[in-house]
Amino acid sequence: MEKCPSVKSILLLDSEGKRVAVKYYSDDWPTNAAKEAFEKDVFTKTQKTNARTEAEIAMFENNMVVYKFVQDLHFFVTGGEDENELILATVLQGFFDAVGLLLRGNVDKREALENLDLILLCLDEIVDGGIILETDATVIAGKVASHSIDAGAPLSEQTISQALATAREHLTRSLLK
Amino acid sequence: MAQPFMKKDDDLDDEAEYSPFLGIEKWAALQEARVFNDPQLDPRRCCQVITKLLYLLNQGETFTKTESTEVFFAVTKLFQSIDLGLRRMVYLMIKELSPCADEVIIVTSSLMKDMNSKTDMYRANSIRVLCRITDGTLLTQIERYLKQAIVDKNPVVASAALVSGIHLLQTNPEIVKRWSNEVQEAMQSRVALVQFHALALLHQIRLNDRLAVSKLVTSLTKGTVRSPLAQCLLIRYISQVICDSAGNTPPGERPFYDYLDSCLRRGGEMVNFEAARAITELNGVTNQELTPAITVLQYFLLSSNPVKKFAAIRTLNKVAMTHPMAVTSCNIEMESLISDQNRSIATLAITTLLKTGNESSIDRLMKQITNFMSEIADEFKIVVVEAIRSLCMKFPLKYRSLMNFLSNILREEGGFEYKKAIADSIVILIRDMPDAKESGLLHLCEFIEDCEFTYLSTQILHFLGIEGPTTADPSKYIRYIYNRVHLENATVRASAVSTLAKFGAMVDSLKPRIFVLLRRCLFDADDEVRDRATLYMNTLGADGAVVETGGDASEFLFKSLDVPLVNLETSLKNYEPSDKHFDISSVPKEVKVKPLAEKKAPSKKPTGLGAPRRGPTSTGTVDAYERLLSSIPEFSSFGKLFKSSSPVELTEAETEYAVTVVKHIFDHHVVFQYNCTNTIPEQFLENVTVIVDASEAEEFSEVASKPLRSLPYDSPGQTFVAFEKPEGVPAAGKFSNILRFIVKEVDPSTGETDDDGVDDEYQLEELEVVAADYMQKVGVSNFLNAWENMNPDSERIDEYGLGQRESLADAVNAVINLLGMQPCEGTGVVPSNSRSHACLLSGVFIGNVKVLVRLSFGIDGQKEVAMKLAVRSDDESISNAIHEIVASG
Repeated sequence: MEKCPSVKSILLLDSEGKRVAVKYYSDDWPTNAAKEAFEKDVFTKTQKTNARTEAEIAMFENNMVVYKFVQDLHFFVTGGEDENELILATVLQGFFDAVGLLLRGNVDKREALENLDLILLCLDEIVDGGIILETDATVIAGKVASHSIDAGAPLSEQTISQALATAREHLTRSLLK
Repeated sequence: MAQPFMKKDDDLDDEAEYSPFLGIEKWAALQEARVFNDPQLDPRRCCQVITKLLYLLNQGETFTKTESTEVFFAVTKLFQSIDLGLRRMVYLMIKELSPCADEVIIVTSSLMKDMNSKTDMYRANSIRVLCRITDGTLLTQIERYLKQAIVDKNPVVASAALVSGIHLLQTNPEIVKRWSNEVQEAMQSRVALVQFHALALLHQIRLNDRLAVSKLVTSLTKGTVRSPLAQCLLIRYISQVICDSAGNTPPGERPFYDYLDSCLRRGGEMVNFEAARAITELNGVTNQELTPAITVLQYFLLSSNPVKKFAAIRTLNKVAMTHPMAVTSCNIEMESLISDQNRSIATLAITTLLKTGNESSIDRLMKQITNFMSEIADEFKIVVVEAIRSLCMKFPLKYRSLMNFLSNILREEGGFEYKKAIADSIVILIRDMPDAKESGLLHLCEFIEDCEFTYLSTQILHFLGIEGPTTADPSKYIRYIYNRVHLENATVRASAVSTLAKFGAMVDSLKPRIFVLLRRCLFDADDEVRDRATLYMNTLGADGAVVETGGDASEFLFKSLDVPLVNLETSLKNYEPSDKHFDISSVPKEVKVKPLAEKKAPSKKPTGLGAPRRGPTSTGTVDAYERLLSSIPEFSSFGKLFKSSSPVELTEAETEYAVTVVKHIFDHHVVFQYNCTNTIPEQFLENVTVIVDASEAEEFSEVASKPLRSLPYDSPGQTFVAFEKPEGVPAAGKFSNILRFIVKEVDPSTGETDDDGVDDEYQLEELEVVAADYMQKVGVSNFLNAWENMNPDSERIDEYGLGQRESLADAVNAVINLLGMQPCEGTGVVPSNSRSHACLLSGVFIGNVKVLVRLSFGIDGQKEVAMKLAVRSDDESISNAIHEIVASG
């Protein structure tokens, strides 16, 4: 595994550093206390920076952290100190944009918690056990969205492509904003 | 899309703290999970309940064994529903619960059904779930499906199977290795990510077969790897192959360099950067190879994206440690980054500039840094201070402006670690640069006037006591020191008293005044301060009887305590007040065996901001050796240590006793330092010596040896043997070694040692002293200048035939290693396929004689190598000696 580009954790915290959804892929943080301490560290060290227009980066204690903020949500992707910074940034961008698509552009803590199932599925589609599964936001959102079609609706190719179409439409809209 | 879990309430809407999970409790959520058992399933309701449970787990809540079993069984019921969204949440829930083996069986059939479903999403996700929770026995049952999935035409399914394969390889390698053919087929996929996952798995499968990896990499560099991630992966494998094949490649040729170079320009920025980084990390990279990579990084520096800037500057910072000249082309871009908003980037830029800048740019840089220091956090400031310290070592002439800078920042606000870094830097500068001593000491004096850290004050006072008395005008420090006695806490007062006494002991003219001051300290409120003052008054002879300070007094004041503090403490505790005085010589000097339980956990690697502090470590170890050797009375008369070799192993890895040897070269002597480690917990060794047979080293005669009193388990110890040798001659010889000791049995659980010991011996490998041991690798920055400045009369030229060689590079390396000199201006690397090569070497020979060597090599069709060697040195006889070394080597 040592050589494969890998993600150690993905964190989605609120504006006070509290968890919205987090996912760890490494044994560096064996207990919940260690995880919380890490999140606190990451949050306080990045709090004062302005990561709203472009992703920012910081390094401490062998961890590389790329992050981006929107409204009251703080997105983080962390990796080892030898990881390629641009790969982590790509994962972050994929996660960030996919969440934007899934929440239809209303990205804030409240919306994220109300659609927590989508956020969790989204995390599940981006990274599996530290290995990057997908980084393209529309594909990620498409995969997640295809799951949340109303019960009983027959699954056909068409509904998936419809979901993808809505997703794309939202992406374009958010880009034009 | 999923519905909110609560009805939106207008009042709640305005409240900032509103959360759908507000006040949610574990027991209530578990209770709700009963809906999974309803005969009429409501998929939406079930989804909500699962989300609640996942939320709790995500917040760090844990379920007991019974709770999670109950939830697991309830969740398995949900496989009845055909709702796609619900199924997906069921998958997530199962992964989170990580069920035990008995439970896995329950869901296996459901998951296997999904694996063969027509729906791609079912297939992909059920594979990932099943592979996550499965064990070896089950894996053989589903292996067939997994192989099919790897070559599935749906990329999501293929990726799911491949990624699962990567994880399973850790636990069930023999099974996954059988999938090689399918994985290879997946490599051909048109879909980028499938290719990436297939490559990762294929490499993992072949990891232990170097030849196969090399073949795989070779074929891929010719083919088309489309995915950027796969290309990054390939670049990492290539670096590994290059690293493994170092030494047995054709002359001067760097395999795959062309491929890395081409990746600098295609495949997207992620790939460009990965390739640039790989090139900078190549072993013995030349300036020519570096240039294209540096150009790419330079381009990144101009980006507006912080991540790209950071990545580039971090890499350049590392390059600057070894190849500062290669990075100078980016100086302009880096200077504009000093004011970057991201402080990590700014700090990296400034520390890189400090390494690449030349002497003339320092003043300007220091000015810029001064503006910038107040804006950054302490941890970054420490990095800057360290960079300045090494800069000062590099440009000693500039010490004045650098010292001023350090003293200025010392006066500003800052935490302990930061102040300590500055004070340490000043101390090092004073130690290494006699010119800087006076001003440095005064800066430190001023600092303790207003220092809030007791530890730093006492350290500086101690240092003042050692350095101050030998300055031109010691009296000017007295005021600063005595002020401490008035104004500080007891700890600082006590150390100020000690420092005063040191001045008194060293400077006779000051003695009467010191006594006046010490006498005042006799009325201090603190016991320790009073005791010290009384003690020093007596040792220095304040009663007026003794005028000259005796050797005893100064030894008492300046020599460090030669007994372990722990032992002294126990001895003092055991001492019962009686007529007999406590005798310090009765304190044992050996460290006791610690019980095994106390073994320290491996400490975490400390790094800050990605700048590895390689710095002046080599000089650091020499310092440490010098201190170690001069502390041993038998060796203290040998004079200044000329060179210490790096440790040479005399035992195979993982034997009972691990022994390495360090060769210390002095003018007249050679000392072998044997570092021994006892790796057997059941043994305790005593009286460890090395018996050296020097019959094959005629010019050496043994003069002293220092046995190691005891060698407990896993705490390394040293034993020494010293030889006399003729001065100035590069005497060479072979030594055979036998480790001799008394072995005692130890009970590892209690740490108790058996009293009876047995004599034993252990054969070590031979060790050689060669000519290169007498040569220090010291580079010169401008070889031709240095060469011209040497006396041409000392030049000796001769030609040699080196016989048949594998390659030109092989011959060049052999000569460099034989002489043990530093290749200059990158001439140590032979360009590929060249028929001739010129190599410039520089070094300092024993007796501090500077030596420069120019070598010209030529190779003919039969691989016969000829060499012309020209030497200039400060001493003609040394020039001749160099030729003798080559002639006899």
